[in-house]
Amino acid sequence: MNWIAVLIIGLGTYLTRLSFIGAFGEREMPGWMERPLRFVAPAVMGAIVLPAVVQPAGVIEFLPAANPRFMAGVIAAAVAYKWRNVSLVIAVGMGSLWVLDWLF
Amino acid sequence: MKDQTDMRRGGLADGARALTPLLLAVVPFGLVLGVTAASSPAGGLLGIATSPIIFAGAAQLVTVQLLGTDTSVFVVIITALVINVRHLMYSAAMAPHFSEWPRRSRFLLPYLLTDQAFALSMLRYETTDDPVYKRWFFVGAGLGLWLPWQLATIAGVVLGAQIPESLGLGFAIPLVFLVLLIPVVQTRPGLVAAIVGGVGAVAAGEAPYGLGLVIGALLGVAAGVAVERLGEP
Repeated sequence: MNWIAVLIIGLGTYLTRLSFIGAFGEREMPGWMERPLRFVAPAVMGAIVLPAVVQPAGVIEFLPAANPRFMAGVIAAAVAYKWRNVSLVIAVGMGSLWVLDWLF
Repeated sequence: MKDQTDMRRGGLADGARALTPLLLAVVPFGLVLGVTAASSPAGGLLGIATSPIIFAGAAQLVTVQLLGTDTSVFVVIITALVINVRHLMYSAAMAPHFSEWPRRSRFLLPYLLTDQAFALSMLRYETTDDPVYKRWFFVGAGLGLWLPWQLATIAGVVLGAQIPESLGLGFAIPLVFLVLLIPVVQTRPGLVAAIVGGVGAVAAGEAPYGLGLVIGALLGVAAGVAVERLGEP
């Protein structure tokens, strides 16, 4: 079942890539379609990141003793904003998580 | 004829070269994907297979993370496709450039249409008109990403098998997305879309079948559109 799911996702992804290039030809994308698509990236990323840092165990927690991932996430966000370097953000974020875990 | 060969080689090399600096972000992302897959119920082999089959990092991460968990397979598919629907936008923007290409290229090359190859190609197309050069620049950028992505995924799976669960490496996933989030929240509607998407996903955390992410994302998109409309004169 998992393999079939991956194949369907792969096919669907290819079809979205092919869409205007292969099938709809030169047709311009209508505005009602283009506008929402521009907000898919920020909305999806937000929907992935926020739950992972405020409710990793299913309950909303902000204090490091109960959920060190929130504070580690805030520290990592500051580093991401300043440097935008994936390796650095992973290093600082994971390091903060381990230190907070050890402290509390 | 020689001219064409030059254009092809030049385009291919320029595309690959333009992509190289981005590997600093892409390789760690691929490693995280592999490590995640290795420790997920879906398994490392499936994780490796997502790289050639899906070839879209964000959707792959969510797929390997969710497959085999409580989330229904149907919802995993919907979630991944919502994440990937942005490719429609890239496809529309690239179509005028692809139309000069041979039919076979028009069907094969969209497979390589990623965020990175799209952004680099559109930038380069502003300063060049040669269809052969344009096509091969895209191929260079596309393959320049494809190969390291496959290798990084495999390396991550191999590595992940040795890393103990207690290190909490799953946290690297939101960290990767945090970096991807920064450039898309530079406008006010983009920022609102991200915040509403996040808060919506948290609020819908209890939604059945693991639909929280999709519900949050749809709310975020609606909020972004609304804020942009309000900002118009």
